[in-house]
Amino acid sequence: MIQLLQNLGATTRTSFTKLGRGTYFLLQTISGILSVLARPRLLLNQMYSVGVLSFLIITISGLFVGMVLGLQGYYTLSDFGAEETLGVMVAASLVRELGPVVSALLFAGRAGSALTAEIGLMKATEQLSGMEMMAVDPVKRIITPRFLAGLISMPILAALFSAVGIIGGQIIGSGLLGVDEGAYWSQMQANIDFQDDIINGVIKSFVFGFIASWIALFEGYDAIPTSEGVSRATTRTVVNSAFSILGLDFILTALMFGDD
Amino acid sequence: MQHTSTQDTLVGLFVASGIVGLFFLALQVSNLSSFVEEDSYTITARFENSGGLKPKSPVSAAGVKIGKVRSISFDPKTYESVVQMSINSQYNTIPDDTTASVFTAGLLGEQYVNLEPGGSDVFLQNDGKIEITQSAIILEKAIGQFLFKSAEDSAEEKK
Repeated sequence: MIQLLQNLGATTRTSFTKLGRGTYFLLQTISGILSVLARPRLLLNQMYSVGVLSFLIITISGLFVGMVLGLQGYYTLSDFGAEETLGVMVAASLVRELGPVVSALLFAGRAGSALTAEIGLMKATEQLSGMEMMAVDPVKRIITPRFLAGLISMPILAALFSAVGIIGGQIIGSGLLGVDEGAYWSQMQANIDFQDDIINGVIKSFVFGFIASWIALFEGYDAIPTSEGVSRATTRTVVNSAFSILGLDFILTALMFGDD
Repeated sequence: MQHTSTQDTLVGLFVASGIVGLFFLALQVSNLSSFVEEDSYTITARFENSGGLKPKSPVSAAGVKIGKVRSISFDPKTYESVVQMSINSQYNTIPDDTTASVFTAGLLGEQYVNLEPGGSDVFLQNDGKIEITQSAIILEKAIGQFLFKSAEDSAEEKK
């Protein structure tokens, strides 16, 4: 019994210590933003590996998610004779929820895990401590560019996901199932609000980009510098990112769309 | 790692595609484009009961959307609902004896204001008022009246 309590206390303490280290790490990262902006080449390289390389998986997934929404939405809506509102259904679910959330989950799986593995291996092969020896701050040189790249890429990827998904829904809806194309777009335009839906979706994806990059980089930076430690850190990145993204999504949705 | 200039181009393309995506969402998907050509004038109508009318509900004449409801407020003196509507400036020939009524699109659809033009030669200007209005039909009220009436009828038959 005492043992149990001891274990509980130790687990609680280590997780709070980790959160504290994570917060300190985040502040360090943010404090390096100015010095990264002075050397945009670093940021550009990371934009390539974080953003451009995630482009394909995001657009293809977006297309298929939109097509599935088109199919499923059509079957359900046609029971009520409301096929014309298919555009609203596809667009609202993509712009508000699926776009930011699914692209953030894919981003955590595709880019986040790569970041963790990269940073963890740098730590294991003592590249980070080597930099410190040369009086180069590894956080400013390595971490902050990746963090910023994630922060910028995420809203772009989410917007692409939604846009491609809406087109995919249109291809299936009006191309295959015979929903009137004009009704698809006009119903959508009448019911999707720029401020309430699209701006909120962008804010969401921004928050998710922040949280996913933070977790990925911190897990890599905090990994035990062995091959097993890096592999565990990579797993934790994907699991923790998924939890945080879905949990935050609930909170953000409750805050943003609570009124109507 | 690829040659840097190719990489730059790809990053540039990536950012550009993101901006295109956002523009697509803003202009094609949302109602932002309907704000842009917003050159409108305001008219006011007072309803005894505006029902489920909301701001942004459509205002139409002869079935064509010509504007939208801007705001709805309650007048504490006359106990009426004051509905302000923005009408597109291109439709500036609405007679001042127009009837405004609150209708429902379909049985369960959203409510909208319908304008039925009168025969007057004087047109409504900005801040004009529509004098003749017809309230929304409240479904509960209508059902209540119907039930009451059928009960009355059956009572009369028994006599």
